Amino acid sequence: MTDDLSALQAETDAALAACADLRAWDAVRVGVLGRNGKLTALLRDLGKTPPEQRRDRGAALNRLKEALTAAIEARRGALEAAALDARLAAERLDPSLPPRPRAAGLIHPISRTMEEMAAIFGAMGFEIAEGPDVETDWHNFSALNIPAHHPARDDQDTFYLTAPPGSPPPVLRTHTSPVQIRAMLGRGVPLRVIVPGRTYRADHDATHSPMFHQCEGLVLDRAITLGHLKGCLIDFLRAFFAVPDLPVRFRASYFPFTEPSMEVDIGWDRKSGELGKGADWLEILGSGMVHPRVLANVGIDPREWQGFAFGMGVERVTMLKHGIPDLRPFYESDIRWLRHYGFNPLAPTMLHEGA
Amino acid sequence: MKFTLSWLRAHLDTDASVAAIGEALTRIGLELEGVSDRGATLAPFRIAHVVEAVQHPNADRLRACRVDTGAGIVSVVCGAPNAHTGMKAVFAPPGSFIPGTGITLKTGEIRGVTSAGMLLSAREMGLGDDHSGIIELPADAPVGTPYAAWAGLDDPVIEIAVTPNRGDCFSVRGVARDLAAAGIGTLKPWAPAPVPAAFAAGPRWRIDWPEACPWILGRTIRGLRNGPSPRWLADRLTAIGLRPINALVDVTNLFTVDLGRPLHVFDVAKLSGDTLVLRRGAGETFRALNGKDYAVTAEDCVIADAAGVQSMAGIVGGEATGCDETTTAVFVECACFDPVRVALSGRRHQVVSDARQRFERGIDPALMPDAVEAATRLILELCGGEAGTVTAAGAPPAWQRDATMRFARLAAFGGAEVPADEAVGALERLGFVVRTRDAAQVTVAVPPWRNDVAALGGPALDQDPALDPAVAARAAEGCALAEPECDLIEEVLRLRGLDTIPAVSLPYAAPVPLPTLTDAQARAARARRVLAAQGLAECVTFSFMAAREAAVFGPTPEALRLANPIAADLDQLRPSPVATLALAAAGNAARGLPDLALFEVGPAFASEGQHLVAAGLRAGATPRNWLAPSRPVDAMDAKADLFEALAALAVPMESLSVTADAPGFYHPGQSGVVRQGPKLVLGRFGALHPSVLGAIGLAGAAAAFELFLDAIPTPKRRRRAPPDLPPFQPVRRDFAFLVDAAVPAETVLRAARGAERSLIAGVALFDRYEGGTVPEGKRSLGIEVTFQPRDHTLAEAELEAAAGKVVAAVAKAAGGVLR
Repeated sequence: MTDDLSALQAETDAALAACADLRAWDAVRVGVLGRNGKLTALLRDLGKTPPEQRRDRGAALNRLKEALTAAIEARRGALEAAALDARLAAERLDPSLPPRPRAAGLIHPISRTMEEMAAIFGAMGFEIAEGPDVETDWHNFSALNIPAHHPARDDQDTFYLTAPPGSPPPVLRTHTSPVQIRAMLGRGVPLRVIVPGRTYRADHDATHSPMFHQCEGLVLDRAITLGHLKGCLIDFLRAFFAVPDLPVRFRASYFPFTEPSMEVDIGWDRKSGELGKGADWLEILGSGMVHPRVLANVGIDPREWQGFAFGMGVERVTMLKHGIPDLRPFYESDIRWLRHYGFNPLAPTMLHEGA
Repeated sequence: MKFTLSWLRAHLDTDASVAAIGEALTRIGLELEGVSDRGATLAPFRIAHVVEAVQHPNADRLRACRVDTGAGIVSVVCGAPNAHTGMKAVFAPPGSFIPGTGITLKTGEIRGVTSAGMLLSAREMGLGDDHSGIIELPADAPVGTPYAAWAGLDDPVIEIAVTPNRGDCFSVRGVARDLAAAGIGTLKPWAPAPVPAAFAAGPRWRIDWPEACPWILGRTIRGLRNGPSPRWLADRLTAIGLRPINALVDVTNLFTVDLGRPLHVFDVAKLSGDTLVLRRGAGETFRALNGKDYAVTAEDCVIADAAGVQSMAGIVGGEATGCDETTTAVFVECACFDPVRVALSGRRHQVVSDARQRFERGIDPALMPDAVEAATRLILELCGGEAGTVTAAGAPPAWQRDATMRFARLAAFGGAEVPADEAVGALERLGFVVRTRDAAQVTVAVPPWRNDVAALGGPALDQDPALDPAVAARAAEGCALAEPECDLIEEVLRLRGLDTIPAVSLPYAAPVPLPTLTDAQARAARARRVLAAQGLAECVTFSFMAAREAAVFGPTPEALRLANPIAADLDQLRPSPVATLALAAAGNAARGLPDLALFEVGPAFASEGQHLVAAGLRAGATPRNWLAPSRPVDAMDAKADLFEALAALAVPMESLSVTADAPGFYHPGQSGVVRQGPKLVLGRFGALHPSVLGAIGLAGAAAAFELFLDAIPTPKRRRRAPPDLPPFQPVRRDFAFLVDAAVPAETVLRAARGAERSLIAGVALFDRYEGGTVPEGKRSLGIEVTFQPRDHTLAEAELEAAAGKVVAAVAKAAGGVLR
């Protein structure tokens, strides 16, 4: 390489090393490779070179051009990387800072339980029936074989509404059973429904609330027996509490609207509260074969149709399943309680993802 | 219902343990409520004779005793000051647990003297606080006998819950009968021998109201001496929580519990005239044995003498004619009262008595003559005297009836294969008498105490009056046949144990179940999840609230007022769940948690009925955060919640409009009603009115919404059109219009949207400005319009033409002028 080329090489290397940013770098680039750049000028002057030297000098100039171009590009890469590093350093954020708040909402445990009931009974072919909270005396009592003088009415602590003169006062339904009557009249037989809903009794203490929730169930068909009652409820209880071998006990009892009637107990350990363990029994729901009078009151011939009904307290099974100790906070809307016991709205209640 | 084991054994021949009896009671429907058994802890302690008690050789305060336990002589060191030679005491052998000290005894040596047991104080046995010395028993106490048995402390008290249908089991004998039928022991015979009459004088009955009292018996016993009951009788009553009063009264209480046969005793000397009349009350007031005064009505059956009302029939007797220590002649009443009238009277006057409890469930009418004889015999035994003739009025009611059961129904209805012999045997043990039987069925006579089986003259059916008469008649006919059969099946299965019936899973109604929820129910469930996902916490609040507070949120008609509220602040059905949510927010604010978002899916009540509402309420301010400053919640928060939920319910959002006519509990200038078309109202939202905030005690801002779930139309199930996906890039242009402040933004947006339907794909409001350079009464609305070309890239001229249409449309519809 001739001296002038070596000098350009050295001069350019030095200038590149000296440039601190892309602007300085660009000046170097233009000064060498630009239209008026030094290398461009040398190339332009190649024609003035004597012909016998032209070939060698041309080759040398091309080598120099490649070398300078590579050096200039390399320097640019280095400067860009440095610039990015500097920017990233300047943009650093304290990752431990709290993000923009997004409030988490939740589903009340009572709704959650009702959805689970719908999922499990739904898998057994039940539909959901509904009825009004304000009921007629006939739907709530008489049609269910609870006449006016019946001692069971004393036990019910009924809320009455202010009656128009001359007619029996409507009641706040004391149980979800009146929807049995509505379902039988409205849908006819055969029938498989559950009725989760609000119920009311004039009772207020640590273990009673004037408003609470029940889930009624009714199955009517031609050949439904007491064995099906047992099977259906055992299947439900074991699925709901997720205890596959949950002990379930049936004992004779009395309700005016079923015969035979039975209380259903589940096995638990009274001390630890563990379900399915221990030697104690816990009353969990009432059930029975639908009373012939109830069927006859809605025009269903008990010689043709038979079946069973049951009713359980939604709060009670919710408290048991989730170990919630007190009843009253269910209705107090204390946001701290709701956040503690509430459920994520995206947690499914579908059986295949675990009700 | 309480009774002691020994009392039960007076009717039931059994050696079954209390545990076995309790288990059987629960199984057959007489649920065991509890057993209190003091005898169990005292079982190891026996009566012993202190043969010799001398000073301990090596201890001043101790005595060395030789004790005859009945099983040999043992050496016992005793520290009690009253231990002395010859006394009878209670001895605890080694190995026994001492309840008062919590220690299990061991044989030991105390200062060189063997002590193989302990002599007990009352406190050590857990029978009281006396620890001044060991218990000293009378000289005739039998050595070796268990102390608890001798002292009558080994009689467990059993308490059961009797269901309303089993009046017969409000008696020890009834319980014994059921247990015997269930295989626990044998029912002892009971047939009191008649007591011959010594005279004929005494009060007479007259029935003026036979529907209330069809039959009544009475008997005078005179020349008696009333006083305290003997110990066995007092103990029985005390054990079950009844206070012994005097022998005559105690006899009536005994028979009430023993036979379920309430009796009443009148002091003959206190009666006026010689006739006791069963009649309707006439507004008189009489003082009952419980010390309270009752004004009897024409619906109450009373027993009156010449002086007036002396008893409310079957419920409570009168103080004026009650028996006390001075009574020398008594008139025993044994009646059959109508259960319904007793129940209604008892409820009307709010008297709960053992007599009412039994009469309203129905007593055994056939038992009455025997009960009179048994009561007479016991009174003579306890008080002496002589008995008169039995006087009666009315006639025994007809209780005789049959019931038939087809054996096949035990399996087809009851789900249990029960051999016919076993089924019939169970009924016979319960007192049913076989009339006829063949291979297919059995017909039995129902015993008089079982008024729950094949009930006679019970309540008539209460059929829906809207039923087709033929359908109703056929159902009633079926019921008349099915009901007695059900009654008998229940008896057989109950005694057998319902646990013996095999459980059978429900047969599939369809291989894949049909939808469980209706469309409307599914919408409610979806609204719940969407709102929770928006950050609102679901609440369940009461349907009722204080009428005064409810009135703030809507109409509170009289018809939705509770006649018997449990508390004054829970007397009105709420007009909207927003009302109770506001109270919930106020409650949280009072706990120091003012910033929250709540919702509820629940009923709102109105005169025309209830409807389901998804309501939400945000209160206070948004959270403080370094990136997003806190601000008070406002109407737009509530609108966002509402619209998010509406969109999730597949409501066609472009068809919605908002009008500014929300009800008065909303801020009149910051609220809206969401409508689909002119009539259908889907929801409301807005800031709460400041005066409402004041009324419920909420200090900060609050905004609420209501989504009327019942109003949401079920979307038509239509196949979706293919999506519109043009290949050309959309172009966005911003416009700022000056409009009258009163013109709704929606008018501007709608006009712009409709200016060139084929080209304009979207319109969004990005700015709203008032004041400053904007003239008074005007406002500036900045909108971004998205133009979506479909078949070619838009030329500038086309874009300008389209923009011109937007300006023209807004000018026409809203009077807007481009700024």
